[in-house]
Amino acid sequence: MDLHYTEEEQAFRTKVREWLAENLPHALSEKIRLGKRLTKADYELWHRLLNERGWLAQNWPREYGGAEWNAVQRQIFEEESCLANAPHIVPFGPTMLGPVLLAFGSEEQKRHYLPRILNGEDWWCQGYSEPGAGSDLAAIKTTAMRDGDHYVVNGQKTWTTLGQHADWIFCLVRTDPGAKKQEGISFLLIDMKTPGITVRPITLIDGDAEVNEVFFDDVRVPVANRVGEENKGWTYAKYLLTHERTNITGVGFSTATLKALKSTAAQVQSGGRPLSQNPLFAARMAQVEIDLMAMTTTNLRVVSAASKGRAPGAESSMLKVKGSRIRQELTSLMRRAFGPDAMPFQNDYLEGGDNLDALGPENAASAAPTYFNMRKLSIFGGTNEVQRTIITKTMLGL
Amino acid sequence: MDFNLTEERGMLRDTLGRFLRDKYDHGLRRRLEASGQAYCPDVFEGLAELGVLGALFSEEHGGFGGSGFDLAVVFEELGRAGTLEPILPAVLAGGLIAEAGRTDLVEEIIAGTTVATLAHGEAGARYDQSHVTTSAKVDGDQIVLSGTKSHVLNGAQARLLVVSARESGAVMDEAGISLFLVPSDAIGVTITDHVNLDSTSAATVVLDSVRLDASVRIGSAGEGFELLEASIARGVTALCVEALGAMEAAKTLTLEYLKERRQFGVPIGSFQALQHRMADVLIEIEQARSAVINLAGNLHRPRLERERHVSAAKNMIGRVATLVVEECIQLHGGIAMTEEYALSHFARRLTMIDHLYGDVDHHLERFITLSAA
Repeated sequence: MDLHYTEEEQAFRTKVREWLAENLPHALSEKIRLGKRLTKADYELWHRLLNERGWLAQNWPREYGGAEWNAVQRQIFEEESCLANAPHIVPFGPTMLGPVLLAFGSEEQKRHYLPRILNGEDWWCQGYSEPGAGSDLAAIKTTAMRDGDHYVVNGQKTWTTLGQHADWIFCLVRTDPGAKKQEGISFLLIDMKTPGITVRPITLIDGDAEVNEVFFDDVRVPVANRVGEENKGWTYAKYLLTHERTNITGVGFSTATLKALKSTAAQVQSGGRPLSQNPLFAARMAQVEIDLMAMTTTNLRVVSAASKGRAPGAESSMLKVKGSRIRQELTSLMRRAFGPDAMPFQNDYLEGGDNLDALGPENAASAAPTYFNMRKLSIFGGTNEVQRTIITKTMLGL
Repeated sequence: MDFNLTEERGMLRDTLGRFLRDKYDHGLRRRLEASGQAYCPDVFEGLAELGVLGALFSEEHGGFGGSGFDLAVVFEELGRAGTLEPILPAVLAGGLIAEAGRTDLVEEIIAGTTVATLAHGEAGARYDQSHVTTSAKVDGDQIVLSGTKSHVLNGAQARLLVVSARESGAVMDEAGISLFLVPSDAIGVTITDHVNLDSTSAATVVLDSVRLDASVRIGSAGEGFELLEASIARGVTALCVEALGAMEAAKTLTLEYLKERRQFGVPIGSFQALQHRMADVLIEIEQARSAVINLAGNLHRPRLERERHVSAAKNMIGRVATLVVEECIQLHGGIAMTEEYALSHFARRLTMIDHLYGDVDHHLERFITLSAA
């Protein structure tokens, strides 16, 4: 047993920290610090800077332009990024599709798509959920029927995050409507400029249009755009979901939020003293800090096993349930810390405008929207209830 | 970073686990209780032979372990088996006796021939470690101890007591507390034992002008608190790991029951309402395990860092243990309400642990104070 990072890992942390200090644009970190929304250009700039350093595609092999980091290194990068108020990497291309192409794509697909993910030519989004297929993802109804060397796609995807910016979408589509649920699904890459595609933004509870509906009306997709074998898409989707879930703990996010919460609670006055000295609020903060201290170690236990080559299975479900609760609790405390100043809905400010002093401290405006936004954590990527069912089946044997 | 046990610790865990599975069950606990015995001498002797007590001490003190992770290996297995033998008192008192340079006595403790315990608690002290009213007065080359110590674990079975007493200062002062090595048969010592809610034995120790040679003082006069706090930190580590083992045992019993108990024609474990609660039990136990790893791995760190982890872990263990106890009883149903069923022991032991050396709220408040320091 040794809880400490190795010298190499500590040196790696220093390298990441120094690079962030020198290269993270102030305009970006300010937006993150204040909880403002990022534009497409903001994300593209951040991806470009990371790619120039070779750190955009963190889990790809070096020969494809990736960083080839293990799970511990990725965890360290995430922590340092969050503490530096860096934007997160938009995961759809580099973190999700990349590994699927590397594992199951053809040589041509790898050579064509991977460099374009790295250099920012293609912005990818994920076409998984449908109105009738949420937790029950295999219930998708969007069809892709063969017509010569094309598929003709009809149907609808939803909750498509940042799809409004996307050039391409990777989709789960039903290629054999007669087969059993999981067995008739294929994995298709679709150009968003293809005729017949309509994108409609969905404004969410926090006022942001982060997600979209995507409609497919007789959309013709070359058969060459299918990844892997026909009707084997479910296997690839599951592979991708495992990748999605390992990063879902959000320990880095929580660590940075706790730091911001403590500093806010020390500044906000309540009953003639800083809120941090109010015993009830101090107790709530301490309780979640203790949870996070343990969660950090739980995460490292899984990550450390993963970096030695053991694929995280149901452990990632465990991390998701607990990690999301902690993140949600922290954003809830942040909202409450600002008291009445959390009330004004300053959409223009969040979109990049100026703050109105009379409405409270500069970072108050994002507290309630972030609180609402973070409710998604226990819903997406498999709801926490779905995760509990996975735990029940695989870890408890019930 | 490495979350694996060393080979030696892995071997100790395996041998100890096998020994306890072989020797210990709920029936033994019930027989001991019925016959008024505090613990099973044969098992205690066996544990000593396996090196369980030696693992609690560093090589410097005559043992072969002594680190947080050595405590962890031993106490997780003890917790899983639900033992009543006086191993925790050896942690609480043994380190202090070693500190006094009494390697002869440490040797006896490691061999299992002498039981030593810490006599620190007092009426009205609740969880305040510096609350000491028992007095120690110097009289020439002698020291005279007077006062009453309560909740002394295995006090009636111990041959040696490490007693905290005040040489100067006010009731709650950290300064002025000294520690003394007191033979339990010294003139003026009266020990009255009682049974705790988890079938362990404890005692009230009355010190009526107990006159001893001043050489029984451990460390310098009035400077015992620091030693005491460090020793209690080790005791709390042992308790937290023991709780982890007991939670694992409760989880195992509950899982078995969910698979075997049938209602409405199916195993009750097939009901999602129960499955999800069980999944939460598992998740929280893993969180408790992480808190315990954090504590064991920071036990050798400077005081503030160490104590912050003590309070974080004890708070986490207290919360998770209550959840595990209440959920495991509920998931079982009526059978878990019976004394005859083994879960009853783990439920009572886990509840008792929250009352030893500070409960959930005490340690939350202490964590806040330590974090602000």
